Amino acid sequence: MDRLALDISIPLRTLRVDLELEVGRETVALVGPSGAGKTTVLRAIAGLVRPERGRISLGETAWLDTERGINRPPEERSVGYLFQDYALFPHMSVRKNVAFGGATRVDELLERFGIRHLARVRPGDVSGGERQRVALARAVARDPSVLLLDEPLSALDAHTRTAVRAELHELLREVRLPTVIVTHDFEDAAALADRIGVILDGKLLQNGTATELVRSPADPFVASLTGSVLLAGRARPGADGLTEVVLDDGTIVYSAERGSGRVGVVVHPWEITLAREAPTDSARNHLRGPVAALFPDGDRVRVRVGQLTAEITAAAARELELAPGEVVVASFKATGARLVPLAEAGS
Amino acid sequence: MSRLRAAGRQGFRALLLLAVAITVVFLALPIVAIFWEVGLAQAIDGLRSDVARDAFRVTLKTNAISMALILGVGTPAAYFLATRRFPGRSLVVTIIELPLVLPPAVAGLGLLVAFGRFGLLGEQLDSLGITVGFTQVAVILAITFVASPFYIRPAIAAFEAVDRTMLDASRTLGAGPAKTFWRVALPLAAGGLVAGAAVAFARGLGEFGATIMFAGSLQGVTQTVSLAIYQEFDVNLDIALAISALLVVTSGTLLLAVKALPLWTGSRSTSRFPFARSAST
Repeated sequence: MDRLALDISIPLRTLRVDLELEVGRETVALVGPSGAGKTTVLRAIAGLVRPERGRISLGETAWLDTERGINRPPEERSVGYLFQDYALFPHMSVRKNVAFGGATRVDELLERFGIRHLARVRPGDVSGGERQRVALARAVARDPSVLLLDEPLSALDAHTRTAVRAELHELLREVRLPTVIVTHDFEDAAALADRIGVILDGKLLQNGTATELVRSPADPFVASLTGSVLLAGRARPGADGLTEVVLDDGTIVYSAERGSGRVGVVVHPWEITLAREAPTDSARNHLRGPVAALFPDGDRVRVRVGQLTAEITAAAARELELAPGEVVVASFKATGARLVPLAEAGS
Repeated sequence: MSRLRAAGRQGFRALLLLAVAITVVFLALPIVAIFWEVGLAQAIDGLRSDVARDAFRVTLKTNAISMALILGVGTPAAYFLATRRFPGRSLVVTIIELPLVLPPAVAGLGLLVAFGRFGLLGEQLDSLGITVGFTQVAVILAITFVASPFYIRPAIAAFEAVDRTMLDASRTLGAGPAKTFWRVALPLAAGGLVAGAAVAFARGLGEFGATIMFAGSLQGVTQTVSLAIYQEFDVNLDIALAISALLVVTSGTLLLAVKALPLWTGSRSTSRFPFARSAST
């Protein structure tokens, strides 16, 4: 199996995309806010955008090499591209759409993606989830060497999304192709990809597995992306080798990590416990405040207390009789409070 | 006070309605008059005359060839102009649009001094044994010159309205630029293209000024229906009216067809109604 390798630089109107990436038989997700240049990367790999300089290669084959003057047109790059809004041809039936990519195994693909009953239907008359399957079938019909998926789940409603995500995950494991997924949703990235690259303003901030990113975010943006709590404050050495952080509202929290100057305290919601009274336990940080809101999510509940978000089980929330306005104590250990450097306020 | 205002509103409304009434009556009256003046029997007799038959034969033949030329060359040209941005593009588009605003007499004269025997290319054409002026070729050139912008303008708009992602998708699926044009761009722009072609055809059918200057009015050779009407106006008014009546029906049908087109193609068509973008001429 050939590796996809790229090292490209593309000027956009407000930013420059600079990216180096190698993708083997794995799925790499590029995560970042919209406008970070994620889609541009996919378009460059597919040959729809010409980078100002750089190289893109699949194994030994160069797709782009600006120094050697190589720039293969899109039709000569073996990619399966899933467009954000699927870009199905509205004037062709589902079958013809799939056959457009490659006519040899249309029936097999219609069967594989569970869309055989839609073969004669036009894409306009097909539901969102089915439309995605048609687009995927069409993308793989060409027997591509690389898969490029642009926001594969964003066009779907929450209900369809979970099911389609599972299908997509299965497909990716089955084809085992170098795959690049672009998404703004860390959860989707974590569910689908082996590795995640966080991209902001055209630059790769951090690259690692979802666990690595969650465990040790290199940057406040990465921390906020992974859904962790970020409390801003000023760090100074405290007693017992702990670092004392004076938060902007005056509260003091302790961290086992070293830090100084302006920092963000990163706490994962599942490391925060809630209680009616301040417990006498090993946790060094106890913050008292009223419950601001409760967000049930399956058998869990996310509880907002001041700036903190705690994730607890639904059963625990019932036992504590939590309701908005009830005063609780949120606790977390100093070892659960990671520090990331923040830019000085006002700079 | 408020009663005065209400009266003012009513008055303005009446003014608008009056304006609409005047417009409709003024524009419809000549059409009605043609049918009023010519009876059905007279019309059929008139259309059976040699002059009318020859004129329709010449008109259909020259217009068919002109449309083939306009579609064959204009479609790829419009696609290129719609999908690419390059310096001087607006100049190219303006040159293409020029015949829309050019007085037909000027167009005829221009064609004459370009392709006529003593014109710019006359000598070269002559040495090849080709005479253009006052032949059917001249009729075709005149129609093509005058009618092409009526097709190319909406064609550019129709291709511009095609979602670029569709073209990108086609390329990533292994189709080259030519296949992408045939299989994706052309079908998706079809609604706008057909509508534009219908308008250009209607314009070509009625071509008069450039043709009479460049091709003359020779019955059976260069005399199209419009020229025949002009000639018979002095000779036999019934024939002129009969031909006119048939042209009204033809043009009206074309107009209705163009209007109904978006309904037929429905949501599949990504192109808009072509009149919206046309310059007033």
